[in-house]
This record gives sequence, structure tokens and C-alpha cells, in this order.
Amino acid sequence: MSAPPSLREAARAAAAAGGGEAEAAPAGDSALGALGAAALDLLEGARGLYSVFVLTLYYSVRGRREKGAVALQMYEIGNRSLFFLCVVMAFLGMILVFQAGVQVQRVVPDLTLLGAQYVELLVRELAPSVGALMLATRVGAGIAAEIGSMVVTEQVDALRMCAADPVDFLIKPRFLASLVMTVVLIAFGTAVAYLSGMAVAYAYFGLLPHTFINPALLDAGDVVVGLAKCVAYGAAIPVVSGYCGLSTYGGSEGVGWATTRAVVNSSLAVIVLDFFISGAGYLAFPG
Amino acid sequence: MAGEAAAGGGLHTLGGGVLSLAETAGGMGLLFGRIARRAAALEFDGREFVKNLYKMGVKSVPIVIVTALFVGGIMVIQAAPVVERYGAHGLLGWGAGFGTLREIGPLLTALMLSGRVGANNTAELGTMVVTEQIDALRALAIDPIGYLIVPRFLAFVLTLFLAALYADALALVGAAYAGKGLLDVEPAVFLNGVTGLLTISDVAHGLVKCIIFGVIMALASCHFGLAVKGGAPGVGRAVNATVVASALGILVLDYFVSFVLA
Repeated sequence: MSAPPSLREAARAAAAAGGGEAEAAPAGDSALGALGAAALDLLEGARGLYSVFVLTLYYSVRGRREKGAVALQMYEIGNRSLFFLCVVMAFLGMILVFQAGVQVQRVVPDLTLLGAQYVELLVRELAPSVGALMLATRVGAGIAAEIGSMVVTEQVDALRMCAADPVDFLIKPRFLASLVMTVVLIAFGTAVAYLSGMAVAYAYFGLLPHTFINPALLDAGDVVVGLAKCVAYGAAIPVVSGYCGLSTYGGSEGVGWATTRAVVNSSLAVIVLDFFISGAGYLAFPG
Repeated sequence: MAGEAAAGGGLHTLGGGVLSLAETAGGMGLLFGRIARRAAALEFDGREFVKNLYKMGVKSVPIVIVTALFVGGIMVIQAAPVVERYGAHGLLGWGAGFGTLREIGPLLTALMLSGRVGANNTAELGTMVVTEQIDALRALAIDPIGYLIVPRFLAFVLTLFLAALYADALALVGAAYAGKGLLDVEPAVFLNGVTGLLTISDVAHGLVKCIIFGVIMALASCHFGLAVKGGAPGVGRAVNATVVASALGILVLDYFVSFVLA
């Protein structure tokens, strides 16, 4: 991406050399080297990620407008993930209601508030976060694999040769598409999880749908927090995976590595964002 | 041919999907049979096993720690409105504890390792396939399943099990301190809630799940790694297929295991 940072390379080489011989007994020296290399890697990753994010925002406003690029990515990200996400969310809903029902029965034998509590938790936390983790694997890996292959086969260099910024050309359409489609997919997934949870409540605990459907505890704060999470995850996943894809090096092994990093980093981004948005949401909308 | 496809386009896609699903399931089943036979006869490479344990287990420690601490915090933040509403501060440990130990802990540890270890493993095996290293092993009369796959499979399952152990503990620590910061529940009260209402069966429930997740994730990652076709883009596609199949397998099995063990 940028100029070759010789310091990082040296530190990495030192860590690799140290790690190779020190697998049995890590010496203090190589551990320090590995720590330093990891810290430098982290710093450089954060800087690269930040610049890709800023560039993506810039191009979203002022970039070139290619007809159909965003729509194509919406189809790729949205329609093609729909089936996967629906299956996963259906099972998630069944698991959650089942586990919660069993636990609540241990303490209080009254399940009438199960549905009300469930829909609050689902909208506020579980549907956005678990759904986004699933999208991070499905969409994030897809983006990184695609862009990584382009880097390895020098298509990205060809773009740069044509004075087209790969961020504008490749990441921006995915970013805009993901922003919209994550919200849509998760809204859809929430509905699926709610219905499957309702079915389980009826089948195992004899809770009538009439009792289960109880939006008394669902307030505007829950919906706002849920939507904020969807938007944040939708923005984070393509940027993180796009960055991982663009920083691919080496051949087929490099593409595999980039895809792995995309999945790990976008999942981590989802969890960290979840923590902060949940915390902010709790402080902004207590109760 | 073209007319046929046009006539039954939807049906065609459906049939193709079912066939490829059956192929994947069959391939994974066969692979599991081969792995089980060699693992039972101890026909695998010990050094490769240790190397993979280090690569999968030790190298994943930081990401598991970060995930576990945040997950504990998130559980408490989500339980907070309920606790405030009913004033049940003593029950915070129970609520966050059972959610973490039975569901969210194993689930998120497995999902993170699916990305970190499963995808990585597929990439590695896929690269070996693309660069014909697997064929070279066969040419040298070395059994690639016993040499490469069984050690990876066993290391993966063991890694997930051990990671779940310390992830559970760390998630509870994270939850205890988030409870202190957010709701002013003393860690001792939190611990009381955890140990008072939860039993070892809740922990075991999560750990059994982790073993089952480990088996399905290891199978998926080895299967897709060995089935790579077509150079660098093929490796990328295989990694993508692995993480999707792992996520799907984890959640579907989670439901059935929860139901059977409840």
C-alpha cells in the first residue's frame, strides 16, 4: 500500500527468526521483538484502516458515479446473503427462546413476560449483533477474497495505472451497498427470529402467540440503539474487509490470509462496536 | 440445453443447490470417517499435531481474551435494564452467568475461532492443494490425511475446548467488573449469583457444545481446504465457503444440542 516500512519488516523478521527457534523455550529477547512487531503491525493497520475509511467517505460524497455498481453490490451483499441469514436467524430465535424459557422456569414458573422481554433483547442487541457477525463472515470474507484476488492478479495495479483509485472503484460501492443492505437484512432477520421464537414458545412451553406478542417493553430507545448498531456494522464490515483485501500480498496463500484477517477483524470490529454502542445506548436510554 | 434451463430456471437452481449441499455433506462425512479411522489407530503425525496446537491454540489467545472480556461486558449492559427494572441486583450474576456459560460464551468463542483458525486452516490446505504439495505427499507414499488432516482436526477440537474454558472464566471476570462499573454490583455479589443458582452442569453444557462445534468447524475447514480448485481466487472462495458453512453448522447444531442437553 504505502512505502515499505523497513522498521516493521525488520521487527517482523526478528520476531519470525526468534519465534522459529524459540517454539520450545521463548527467550525474553524474542518475546519483546514479537510484542514490538505486533504493536507496530497494529498501529500500521489502524492507520491504513483509518485512511481507507476517510477515503471511502470522501468518495461516497464526491467520487465518480458508476451506473449500476452500487445496485450490483446490493444484490451481491443483500439478496445472496438472505437465505443464509434467514436460516441462521431462525435457529438463533429458537435457541434463545428455548434457553431463556428453561432458565426462567427454574426461578419463576411464569413465562408470560418471556415474549415481551425477548423482543426487547432481540431488537436491542441479539439480532443486530449476531446477524452482523454472520454478515461479517459471509460478506466480509467475500469482499476480501474478491479484492484480494484482484490484487494478486494485478488488476488493482491496473486500476491505479488508469488513475482510478481502488477505494473509489472497489470499496465505495460495497460500502454504500452494505450500509443499506445490512439494515434491511437485519430487519428481515429480526422478524424471522421473532417468528421462530414464537413457534418454539408455543411448541415447548405452550405459550400462545397471543401472549407472546407483547411489545410493551419495546420503546423508541431500543429501536434507535438497534438501528444505530446496524448502520455502524454495515459501515465497518466493508471498510475492514476491503482494507484487508487491498493489503493482500503474495499469491494464493496471501488471498487466504487476507480473507482470514477480514473475517477476524470484522468480527472483532462488530464486538467492540457492540460494546460501545450498547454502553452509550444504556446511558442514553436507561430503563 | 439452453431451452431446458430457461424452462425450469428456478427448479434448476434449486436442484443445483441441493446437489452441491449433498456433495458437501457427503464429502464431510467421508472425511470424518477417514479421520476417525486413523485417529482411532493413532496413525497420525505427532509433531505436526504439536505444531498445529501451537499455531491454533497459542496464537489465538489474544483474540479470545479480547472477545471474552467484551462479551462479558456486553452481557451485563444488556442485563442492566432488566436488573434495574426489577431491582434484582443479586440476580445479575445468574442472568449474565447462564447466558455466558450456556450460550454466548461457546457461540462467540467458536465464531471467532472459526475466523481465526478455521479460515486460516482452509487457506493453508488450499494453498498446498493449489501448489500441488498434497500430490507430492501422495507421490512420496505419505498419507495426507494422517499427516496433515488428523493432526489439524484434533488440534482444532482441543483448541476450541481449551479456549472455551478460559473464555468462560474471562467473560465472567469482564461481566463482574462491568457490573461494578455500570450497576454498582460488587464482584462478590456477582460471584454469589453465579455460584448460587448455576451448577457445574451449566458449564458442562457449554463445553459439550464447544466440542461439537469444534468437530463441525474442523471438518468444514479441512473439507473445503482439500476441495480447492483454481488458483488464488479458488483459495479465497474456499475460505469464504468455510466460514459460512461453519457459522451455519454452529447455529444449527447449537439448537439441537441445547434441546438434547436441556
